[in-house]
Amino acid sequence: MSAILAARGLKAFYGQIEALHGVDFEVEEGGVTALLGANGAGKTTTLRAISAMIRREGNLEFRGKRMTARAPEDVARLGVAHVPDGRGTFTDLTVEENLRLGAYVRRDRAAVKADFQRIFGYFPRLAERIHQQAGTLSGGEQQMLAISRALLLKPSLLLLDEPSFGLAPLVVAEIFRILRAINESEGVSILIVEQNANLALDLATRAYLLETGRVVVGGAASAIRADDSVRRAYLGY
Amino acid sequence: MVELFHQLASGLALGGVYAITALALVMIFQATQLVNFAQGEMAMFSTYIAWWLMQNGWDYWQAFGVTVVFSFVGGVVIERVVVRPFAQAPVLASVIVFIGLSFIFNALAGFFFGYSVQSFDTPFDGRPWFGNKFMSAHESGSVVVSLVVLALVFAFFRFTPLGLAMRAAAQNPASARLVGVRVGWMLALGWGLAAAIGAVAGMMAAPIVYLDPNMMGGILLYAFAGAVLGGIDNPWGAVFGGFTVGIAENLLGAYVVGEEVKLSVALIIIIGVLVAKPSGLFGRRIVARV
Repeated sequence: MSAILAARGLKAFYGQIEALHGVDFEVEEGGVTALLGANGAGKTTTLRAISAMIRREGNLEFRGKRMTARAPEDVARLGVAHVPDGRGTFTDLTVEENLRLGAYVRRDRAAVKADFQRIFGYFPRLAERIHQQAGTLSGGEQQMLAISRALLLKPSLLLLDEPSFGLAPLVVAEIFRILRAINESEGVSILIVEQNANLALDLATRAYLLETGRVVVGGAASAIRADDSVRRAYLGY
Repeated sequence: MVELFHQLASGLALGGVYAITALALVMIFQATQLVNFAQGEMAMFSTYIAWWLMQNGWDYWQAFGVTVVFSFVGGVVIERVVVRPFAQAPVLASVIVFIGLSFIFNALAGFFFGYSVQSFDTPFDGRPWFGNKFMSAHESGSVVVSLVVLALVFAFFRFTPLGLAMRAAAQNPASARLVGVRVGWMLALGWGLAAAIGAVAGMMAAPIVYLDPNMMGGILLYAFAGAVLGGIDNPWGAVFGGFTVGIAENLLGAYVVGEEVKLSVALIIIIGVLVAKPSGLFGRRIVARV
């Protein structure tokens, strides 16, 4: 397996408080890697550390090079798109403006235009609501908007923070179906954080289980799913 | 009746100045939730630069252009050097920095240019426009300049990628950074724009109120009243409020309270709005869960 992102002894801090105590994991190039765990295990923190939204220590390698970017805007410019928890919608802006912001750092205008159309292929509902204020969208639509905004960066790595959060099961199923399609047809590597382990393990090829800021087990998604003791102890189903 | 129209018209002229000053205040407020109390003195200082250039033989529009650019750069530098270090500090610290800045600019203007009142040229002299009986040429010209500034600012925010990025940075900085917007620079840019707008306001006001280091004190107060009236988080509201306050100030000054105490009109508007409708006419009511 070649890794697009590799963390070695990654620590992260909120102020002076260490929230991630040196985790190791790898995100498979072209694959979907899941970070699982209960509330407070450090899943969101890990994504924030990758995006340099919080102070981090340890080694983070992106595409074989040490990632030295110290600000979220620089990480984004490397081609790492982050769909944050809470979806990060610009609620007062229109759907179109939200999407245009996704492509803010790109200069290839023609390709951006084509990407808009491709994204409307995945999420036709966004095309219908293009001039609507983004804050008036439903939760599911805002999640679709957040994913689309991230895709417009033309990322090589997509970080997804609980895309199922607060959504109806049918909407969740639709979003995960589209995520799979995006992963397969765009070749975007995905690192996904989920509380809903069952759902994430369906999508993922690899998975890591976090507990209070440490990795307790990692490996192929199918192996983790098959391991009864892990499932009972940590995934609760 | 002629007198009434005349008062209305000159209210409109100063109202334009209040409107663009209020817009500058709102721009900074939207990005930082802070009112830049130094906005007026910065504008006054810019106006002195234009005056000094013209004293040294520059043509009006050359001096105008250079002053706007100089003010823009100055605004960016002030944000980077003076305002930035207090970004994480309590609100009161920033307020004190702004008040300090306003004293500094006031003192610098006095030091470099003296405290005596100077007259300031207008490019719009000569006969009133279109046979307009109620407005001098400068008043007409200054309304036009205010409207042009407003149109440019709105077009910038509405139609350019940079304007969009600035709105995004003001609204949701964390999310803006995740799409690659350099939020810190957007704030600096906002200060630059606000300073440039202020410079235009100062140069339009100076022929009317005359140039001295305290010329912007009253104007800033009226602009603030306008911004509060329209809703301090709404640029359209601020513009509406600025014009309204300009007209109200002139009418009340002429017919009700008299010229001497008309500055208190601004204070009454501020207090009245804050008591009766704190979000202003077009502002959003902010509800906080405690």
